[in-house]
Amino acid sequence: MKLIAYLDGIGLVGPGLDNWLAARPILAGTIPYESRPLTVAAPPSLPPAERRRTGLAIKVALAVAQEACAAGQLDARQLAAVFSSSGADNDNCDAICKTLASNDRSISPTRFHNSVHNAPAGYWGIASGAMTPATVLCAHDGSFGAGLLEALTQVAVEGWGTLLVTYDMPYPEPLHAKRPLPAAFGIALALMPERSAQSLARIELSLDDAAPDALAEPGLEALRRAIPCARGLPLLQTLARGEGGKVVLDYLAPLSLAVEIEACR
Amino acid sequence: MLNSLWLSHFTAASCLGHGLAPTLAALLAQKSELVPCAFATVTDLATYIGEVAGVDEAPLPASLAEYECRNNRLAYLGLRQDGFNAAVGAAAARYGRRRVGVLLGTSTSGILQTEQAYRRRDPSTGALPDDFIYRTTHNTYSVADFVRSAFNLEGPAVVVSTACSSSAKVFASAARMIAAGVIDAAIVGGVDSLCLTTLYGFNSLELLSSEPCRPYDADRSGLSIGEAAAFILLERPAASLDADAVLLLGAGESSDAHHMSSPHPEGLGARMAMESALKAAGLQPADIDYINLHGTATPSNDAAEGRAVAALFGDTVPCSSTKGATGHTLGAAGGLEAVISALALQQGFLPGGVNTRRVDPGIPVQYLTANREVAPRRVLSNSFGFGGTNCSLILGRAQ
Repeated sequence: MKLIAYLDGIGLVGPGLDNWLAARPILAGTIPYESRPLTVAAPPSLPPAERRRTGLAIKVALAVAQEACAAGQLDARQLAAVFSSSGADNDNCDAICKTLASNDRSISPTRFHNSVHNAPAGYWGIASGAMTPATVLCAHDGSFGAGLLEALTQVAVEGWGTLLVTYDMPYPEPLHAKRPLPAAFGIALALMPERSAQSLARIELSLDDAAPDALAEPGLEALRRAIPCARGLPLLQTLARGEGGKVVLDYLAPLSLAVEIEACR
Repeated sequence: MLNSLWLSHFTAASCLGHGLAPTLAALLAQKSELVPCAFATVTDLATYIGEVAGVDEAPLPASLAEYECRNNRLAYLGLRQDGFNAAVGAAAARYGRRRVGVLLGTSTSGILQTEQAYRRRDPSTGALPDDFIYRTTHNTYSVADFVRSAFNLEGPAVVVSTACSSSAKVFASAARMIAAGVIDAAIVGGVDSLCLTTLYGFNSLELLSSEPCRPYDADRSGLSIGEAAAFILLERPAASLDADAVLLLGAGESSDAHHMSSPHPEGLGARMAMESALKAAGLQPADIDYINLHGTATPSNDAAEGRAVAALFGDTVPCSSTKGATGHTLGAAGGLEAVISALALQQGFLPGGVNTRRVDPGIPVQYLTANREVAPRRVLSNSFGFGGTNCSLILGRAQ
């Protein structure tokens, strides 16, 4: 079976990359890339109580998820979701570990329920109302590839429209020294089984063992190397240029992922 | 509808014992192995736990030493049971090392390692100790990476971490990968281990029972946390199967879209997962002979799940939760309960729920409090997690 999907919407947030529309000319190379701290707000679609409880990972995940759905004119309640991240709410993880190492181990209920790897997916469900299947993955530095592979098998085998949401955020010290992630980042792709008026490209995925593509722009390449979900950037760069062709993305050694891209417009 | 897949080999380690034989013996004897919590330095919580014996005494081999943590030790212990090691080796030889996937569930990963490392931070700099390795212990992917490395596999691998449905959802993902032809076989299941985060976390939510948990009891007062490793080798059915071979007939997934730590009060998401599993298997509710409930023994979980089961099955299908025996093994629960369901199918009995004295009269399902000597042909197993992630599996005998 071929792993084929139509890409109907893209969401992107990263340092110096505010959203997909703003980032497209930067990735295409027509505007220079300039790094600056990322800003992202909690989505207004969350009820106030949940909005107060959202950390950076949740904000990034929900921002790119919403951007991809809006761009594809898609109803999130009709889409399955694949969330994939190397970590989760890493500030929350540090706070819990500090409390558990102290003399008073009482952690708050909110800290605990935000500690699960699937917290962003849970908040997405509450924000979007989607009762469709949502899975949440981790493959360390291969998390973007693992998410893309799961999403493509859902589209190809189940015939679902699937929203892939990949995101990462830095750890504070002392974990940062052990796992140095320099910035938060998020990429979402709305992947559909049929071509529509919104379709940007048709993609076909296969396992490969070629070396992953690098980016020519040094600042973007530094992000790709340092942040697991940013390893999807070569795919976004080809899409930003409106080109077709083949890109090779990082996955789990010795495997990489080859993506054949055919532009739809 | 996906084609059925064969659970060609499986094993589990929980507080009931190491491997299938002691697990089966404990189920047949309706034993609970929950004990008062004295795990690590946790002596201030009045709760019961299901601890796997001998994890601390089972270090990893030198070649895998960088993966040292309780979660991976428990995984390694599980892999060496019931000939599972050899079965994976044979599958890798038959299909190729790139054609065997590793899809495992965990919620804890090796977080205990980090919790302990935070106690050993450098007093002046706050730095974590040099011997702490993030990637191979703390990171949520660690256990799948460990298993992939232990077997020298080179195929797709991933951890699914959707809290307490994690190791049920891996069956659905693996089935899709096999259907798509990406792999020919998969190691699925899950590993979850005791740690301070879950013990103090569930305590903060006031969800820990001060006695061994009593699923579906009118006086249930919360859960007992357990730990487990469960591994299943999933592949396409052999040309001829023994009558007692166990097949994955269908899987169903849904989301509650309701609340981070409380289930949908009407069990709507739970019902959708069960309906979807039935549809995937091409079955009707009347085709199910036993339901292994999620049954955590928290007041809200059992009420919501019970409503969903009653709405779909009425009170005609015998059901029980085996968490009174094993505790709630969180990210390993789906895998462990799939193994228990497979044992029920092979051995021809319905496991009664232990610790439950008076079944909640407000939950109109046929809850078993004693084993029943009835041979089920098809079993449904429920796993529901924080964040409203639901998964139901249907397993059946080949004949």
